[in-house]
Amino acid sequence: MKGVLHLAKSAVHGNNKKLNVREIIQEKKKSRSVNNVTEKLIPKILFGIAAISVLTTIGIVLTLLTETIAFFKDVPFIDFFTGTKLKPLGENAVFGVVPLLTGTIISSAIAMLVAIPIGLMTAIFLSEYASEKLRRMLKPLLEILAGIPTIVYGFFAFTFVTPILRSIIPGLEPTNILSPGIVMGIMIIPMVASLSEDAMSSVPNAMREGALALGATKLEVTWKVVVPAAISGIIASFVLGISRAIGETMIVTIASGSSKNFTFDVTQSMQTMTAYIVEVTGGEAAAGTTLYYSLYAVAMTLFVFTLIMNLIAQYISRRFREEY
Amino acid sequence: MKYVDSTQVHKKMGSRLFANNLAKTLFFLATLFGLVVLVILIYRVLADGLGWINFDFLTNRLSTDPERAGIWGAILGTLWLMLVVAPVTMILGVGTAIYLEEYAAKGRISSFIKTNISNLAGVPSVVFGILGLTVFARALDLGSVVLAGGLTMALLVLPVVVVASQEAIRAVPQFLREASYGMGATKWQTIKNVVLPASLPGILTGVILALSRAIGETAPLVVIGIPALLIPVPDGIFDKFTILPVQIYYWTIDSALVAEYANLAAATIVILLIVLFAMNSIAIMIRNKFQKRF
Repeated sequence: MKGVLHLAKSAVHGNNKKLNVREIIQEKKKSRSVNNVTEKLIPKILFGIAAISVLTTIGIVLTLLTETIAFFKDVPFIDFFTGTKLKPLGENAVFGVVPLLTGTIISSAIAMLVAIPIGLMTAIFLSEYASEKLRRMLKPLLEILAGIPTIVYGFFAFTFVTPILRSIIPGLEPTNILSPGIVMGIMIIPMVASLSEDAMSSVPNAMREGALALGATKLEVTWKVVVPAAISGIIASFVLGISRAIGETMIVTIASGSSKNFTFDVTQSMQTMTAYIVEVTGGEAAAGTTLYYSLYAVAMTLFVFTLIMNLIAQYISRRFREEY
Repeated sequence: MKYVDSTQVHKKMGSRLFANNLAKTLFFLATLFGLVVLVILIYRVLADGLGWINFDFLTNRLSTDPERAGIWGAILGTLWLMLVVAPVTMILGVGTAIYLEEYAAKGRISSFIKTNISNLAGVPSVVFGILGLTVFARALDLGSVVLAGGLTMALLVLPVVVVASQEAIRAVPQFLREASYGMGATKWQTIKNVVLPASLPGILTGVILALSRAIGETAPLVVIGIPALLIPVPDGIFDKFTILPVQIYYWTIDSALVAEYANLAAATIVILLIVLFAMNSIAIMIRNKFQKRF
């Protein structure tokens, strides 16, 4: 463009620079070659940037793997996964991950006992019963609930829910697994609700109308038509909720204490895998000790657990999706 | 003669309609449950903390004495942290999104990167903390400083930015790109001058939401190693630091020893929630005001 303009100008004004056509073409070529270099370079730079996310995953897996292997040189694999005694400090340290596994599984189970029914009912109400106006009012409020940092839920569990539970259940310890489990469930409700609601909203109206025309009540339409049709999305939301509960850290760290006893009693303090990681790193374990390596072995177990859950969720929502 | 016995129908319908109404009430109560908890939570935090918020609380340094303790260090730490997280996560996130949406051929590599990002979003934050501890704090020998924490956080919230940017870029209609090509622009010129400006509101919304997630995140930074009582305030990205959520954490667990620490934690939560609320409002405002529908 510039070249052409220049040419036109010089033709009119008789020009001061005296560029002939050949020079203009040369100049144009030069700027185009600069452009060509950028055009070729940019995709490569962007690819490099996109690769960083892959590098992050590789970084996570590699750091966990190398230190976990070092850990299993000190502690046999079988002892770690079947050991019901965990005593990481002091002499005669014993590393059995079972107490942490039961802590994680029990707290997640309590959370899902709260989150699945309430989350699903919320989703049904929002998708099937609520008017458009009510839904538009309720959804942002649920999003606020979802946006509250987990540390705030931890504070809530420790200073509010636990004292209330203790007045109801005598013998409940000041730090116990029940209270963080319940609060974790409350935290996961919005996630289950919004993912399930998405699944139910995508069921076509024709199916609802067909059932209504046959004389079904709204409850029957919901339970026998909409929920079965949306079941893949609903179950995927449950699995993602479980994965979230397994990986949740601050609520259990604050409200469940650091007892490493192997127990199934929910009124007792239990430690989850996440809480163990926080406790050990907070104590600044010296690099190279078995205690330090145990951190990575536990983190690796946690990583594998949540990865499996996420893959299951992806598989369910892809494999069993019904297309309408 | 009647083919349908209406009394029978009414008898049968009665219980079914009753079940329907019962279920409706139940579903409504379940929906209310979450909201009631939200109200109680906010009420509790305000009741415990509001009385402790004053100018001194905001501008004092940390102290073991609850009367003199303030969160100036945590506020500065949070700001410094965001100063690292924002540019890093924006460059990485938007770059990845542009690559995936504009350059990558729909094939193995791009679907691999996409799967990888969605799996990365599911990795527990505490595991990112371990990555930060091992790679940034120890292997690169940064220590538990702002830069190490910021890089960790940037990777943690990266999926949020990538997904939001991808959606924003995808929403730019094809005819805008074609018009740009038609004027003789190259691919990068088209992206730089047409696609990015058009998708900027969506991208910014995503970045702000990602930052608000980073501000509330505690576990990775505790793992990297933030001391419980850090009195000096950070002056740069190579200083040790603390942030609001970590301060809440330490005050909450120590409230078993000193009861007033619970009030300090609640007061800090109020500040944190105000910041989060402001950020989310800005994000919604940008989305509503600047987003063009094509």
